[in-house]
Amino acid sequence: MKNNSADMVFEGLLRIADDNLILGHRTSEWCGHAPTLEEDLALPNIALDLIGHAQTLYCLACEIDSRYKNEDQLAFLRLEHEYKNLLLVEQENGDFGNTVLRLFYFSTFMKYFWERVKIKCCFKKLKEFSEKAFLETSYHSKYASQWVVTLGDGTDESNLKMSNAIANLEPFLGELFNNDDFTEMCSQNDFLPEPRSIFDSWKNEVEAILQKGNLDFPAIILKKRGGRKGEHSEAFGYLLSDLQYMQRAYPNSSW
Amino acid sequence: MEKGTEKLWDVLKDLTDPELPFLTLDDLGVIREIKRNDKNHVVTIAPTYIGCPAISVIEEKIASELKKIGISPIIEKSFSPPWSSDWISENGRKKMEDFGISPPHPRNTETIGDSLLKEVKCPQCTSYRTEKVSEFGSTACKSLYRCLDCKEPFDHFKCV
Repeated sequence: MKNNSADMVFEGLLRIADDNLILGHRTSEWCGHAPTLEEDLALPNIALDLIGHAQTLYCLACEIDSRYKNEDQLAFLRLEHEYKNLLLVEQENGDFGNTVLRLFYFSTFMKYFWERVKIKCCFKKLKEFSEKAFLETSYHSKYASQWVVTLGDGTDESNLKMSNAIANLEPFLGELFNNDDFTEMCSQNDFLPEPRSIFDSWKNEVEAILQKGNLDFPAIILKKRGGRKGEHSEAFGYLLSDLQYMQRAYPNSSW
Repeated sequence: MEKGTEKLWDVLKDLTDPELPFLTLDDLGVIREIKRNDKNHVVTIAPTYIGCPAISVIEEKIASELKKIGISPIIEKSFSPPWSSDWISENGRKKMEDFGISPPHPRNTETIGDSLLKEVKCPQCTSYRTEKVSEFGSTACKSLYRCLDCKEPFDHFKCV
């Protein structure tokens, strides 16, 4: 692989891996706190999947950039501005409704993302990985969609909470579909699909589910962004101090 | 099976899954290929789930088993084709049912991703009057059901 294309692949892997790691960490915060025992099994299971995706992607990134010797170094030992995840995934969980709505938005996006990578990707290992990742993200999307409908179409209170969640997450959706110079380069090189190209499929599915839950589809306007450049929101610092604690306090510790 | 790897397959045949200890890796279809390149033996495994925490234990088990016959293998993970519940052997399905886990449906467009359309049989009393409690059970590869006749909860192995 040429140097510049190695840089592209590294950065591209990092963006997806960071999204998965950070949402995985947020989701894991529900362990022991979910509203029912079943959800207390479901959410950590999903967190495990998301962190597993991140781990595999970090491993691929390490093969490309020898500055990083293993996936732990990427996951736990970078500084805040070196993480390239979306602002959407780093926000605090809020209530259960807000958590499942964000999971629904993100996993539905990733489902279509991996579906496109499966069809076309110049990086063979990622193309192979996408076959499995597509199946798992589809399952997450289905799980979360059921809760969005159940809560939206539930009581006045649960509907209100879901409407609040929609308003709460709305400012962060623009970034999810934002193309930039980097995503354009990835697309031109048949590496990754452009985020905006996923919008129509995503909207069709999300709109139908929200409608079933008597909920309004949010406005998708680019309001808050910066995650892809490493500019994060306040919540992220607290998250990182928790996420990185073990590796910072006990360097190179392992299970 | 590549010629000259018979001995390795034989050594690994009885290794069990850390999370489903009544099943062998062979029952689950996790070991996909053993090859010999210039210097090393390469064992390819297909994880049931990408984030399955049993994978690192499986890798350690394979390595330590082969070490006993003087081989240090390279273990590679493969996601293409993705591991499918169709790769579980007949014998594996039977053992699963005996253990109280409802085995996965054969994979097709309706069942993939553990669709709600298919009936799930209670492994305790064989009733089909069952309902899904949660998409996620005690491990990533299972969902949680309950039987409406004998009232017992049980795990159902997801169809993927």
